[in-house]
Amino acid sequence: MSKGVDVNLENVWIKFGDFVAVRDANVDIKGGEFFSFLGPSGCGKTTILRAVSGFLEPSDGTVRIGGKDMAGIGPNKRPTALIFQNLALFPLMKVWENITFSLEVKGVSKADRRKRADELLDMIALPDQGDKLPSELSGGQKQRVAIARALCAEPDVLLLDEPLSALDLKLRQHMRTELREIQQRVGITFIYITHDQGEALTMSDNVAVMRAGVVDQIANGHSIYNDPATPFVASFVGENNVFRGKIKSIEGEMALINTNRSGELLARIATAARGKLKVGDPAMMFIRPEACNIAADTAPAPNRLTAMVKHEEFEGQIYNVFLEGAEGKEIKMSLVNIGQHRQSAEGDNLTLEYVPDQAVVLPVGELASE
Amino acid sequence: MTVTRIMSNYFNRNGFGLGIFLLVAVVFWVVILIVLPQISMLDFSFRHHLPPPEMGGPKDTYTLEHYKYLVLGAPGADTSYNVVDLTVFARTLLAAFFVTILDLILCYPLAYYLGQSRGGGMTRILVLLLIIPYWINEILRAFAFRIIFGDSGVINEVMLAMGLISDPIDFIRANVALYAGLGYAYILLMIFPIYNVIESLDRNQIEAARDMGAPWWRIHWRVVIPYAKPGISSGCTMVFMLSAGALAAPQILGGPSSLWFTQIIYQWFNTGGNWPRGAAFAIVLLVTCIVIVLSLMRLFKVRIGDIGK
Repeated sequence: MSKGVDVNLENVWIKFGDFVAVRDANVDIKGGEFFSFLGPSGCGKTTILRAVSGFLEPSDGTVRIGGKDMAGIGPNKRPTALIFQNLALFPLMKVWENITFSLEVKGVSKADRRKRADELLDMIALPDQGDKLPSELSGGQKQRVAIARALCAEPDVLLLDEPLSALDLKLRQHMRTELREIQQRVGITFIYITHDQGEALTMSDNVAVMRAGVVDQIANGHSIYNDPATPFVASFVGENNVFRGKIKSIEGEMALINTNRSGELLARIATAARGKLKVGDPAMMFIRPEACNIAADTAPAPNRLTAMVKHEEFEGQIYNVFLEGAEGKEIKMSLVNIGQHRQSAEGDNLTLEYVPDQAVVLPVGELASE
Repeated sequence: MTVTRIMSNYFNRNGFGLGIFLLVAVVFWVVILIVLPQISMLDFSFRHHLPPPEMGGPKDTYTLEHYKYLVLGAPGADTSYNVVDLTVFARTLLAAFFVTILDLILCYPLAYYLGQSRGGGMTRILVLLLIIPYWINEILRAFAFRIIFGDSGVINEVMLAMGLISDPIDFIRANVALYAGLGYAYILLMIFPIYNVIESLDRNQIEAARDMGAPWWRIHWRVVIPYAKPGISSGCTMVFMLSAGALAAPQILGGPSSLWFTQIIYQWFNTGGNWPRGAAFAIVLLVTCIVIVLSLMRLFKVRIGDIGK
């Protein structure tokens, strides 16, 4: 198998008439990396993918694959293979013909193609299914055939456009693991498009979070989740409680926020915001539901707040507790199910506590819409 | 038992009123308008050519004489086969075949463009432009072609003026006008079935094939054409059948030396006044066309049910 190559986007703009789909994107993807673009629908992630695969040319800027400028090179001449959202298997070709279509194009003999198809069918654990039609396979099997078809061309870069979105939950989780394994085995660069943060975080080496054509943050999953660069990333990836307020004081990495409704709270300044926030600036503070806990000590402190239980949901591994703080401020808390039955009655007053290091402060910005 | 259950299911599903209407309409259409006339033609074709008073009399028996006539000619003729009629018959089928191929070559790219371009306005204008000429009566259209292709028609005049030719070309004698007229007459019947199928082709499949390095002709050969096959065969069937059975266009646009088989049938029915012979000739044309269409469908692996798609 070929070694993965770098993919670089340099100042890429993509416009459709007056509409700017991608705004000044700069992304460096290292060879052999599993890289995801994560964002809500309409954020321009699929547009970027189409620019890499060659189905559209950027209005401005450069797409490089393996260091080579791809301008003017069509999709059939690029070292990329694309897996479509709806897979786009050819319904009238047998599975083995589907898989080896790229070899047929190159004029490889039928016997050699058949042999290669059998190898790939073994790899995707579908031996002896080559003579079926795609319509005779299940959703997960079609998925694997699409992967085999894309890999058969021995691309340097594999592009995946939300290929798991049509599968049910269990299969989707299984395919995540399988995709990651395949990527590590073949060692080529994977570029994965998704709106599902679970997929992006579990599989990727690095994730780019996009909002309305802009790349907000590029980092590994851990940083995306724990150290978001913008309020959009903080609110789009996972869940977060947002507190608006003003900065009262800054001490090293920590800042004390005078929140509008919940008093003074302590939080860590996100890496991206260091040096950009001054005392008195408006700011947003984020505390994740699972970072909250019920405090044993109810004395007031800058990492504690009081709230009243509105209702509670049992989700299996966690309890979601929905609370109402001062002036109707909604707060969500997630408690891990540790085997003890718990139930807080509606109307109970609780004191919540969090580790200040797990809360982040960012300059005010756009949030992800619900 | 099963028949009564099917019937009661049918009436439950459609309601009594609608059920009766559909049943009556379909039976009327199939039996009265299709089956009965064809059966009476078939019956005619096996009878002697008799003056009206003798019809139904003792001489009115079944005979194969008209079929024999088509193959062997009149008894006591110079040749042992009816060379004239058989040649016309073969030439008609061949010409119909070429008209079909011509229409397919013209219409496939157009239908592909219409089917795959998602632009609503442009597509609608194109479709309208295709339909509007059909508001004009068939005979008028044929005469218009005759004028265009005539010795002093637009085409000859333009080519003469440009100095491309020194004498006008006789398009009528060369049957160019006939092929153009027939091809033009059935273009819609070719475009729409193909357009319908291609419209439902997932654009991603074309892009997937391109992504895997396929040049445009291979995309058509391996992805689009196999998918469009039911539409193509449906269009070809209609164009072939109708060209082979056309009468007005050959009558008006055909060269003096070229006779269409339908014209011979028409002559037997009309000027010849020999209905049984005309019926026999028409039955032979019909059966031959059906056999050709069915064998071509088998050759290209299209099932008859696919055509209805």
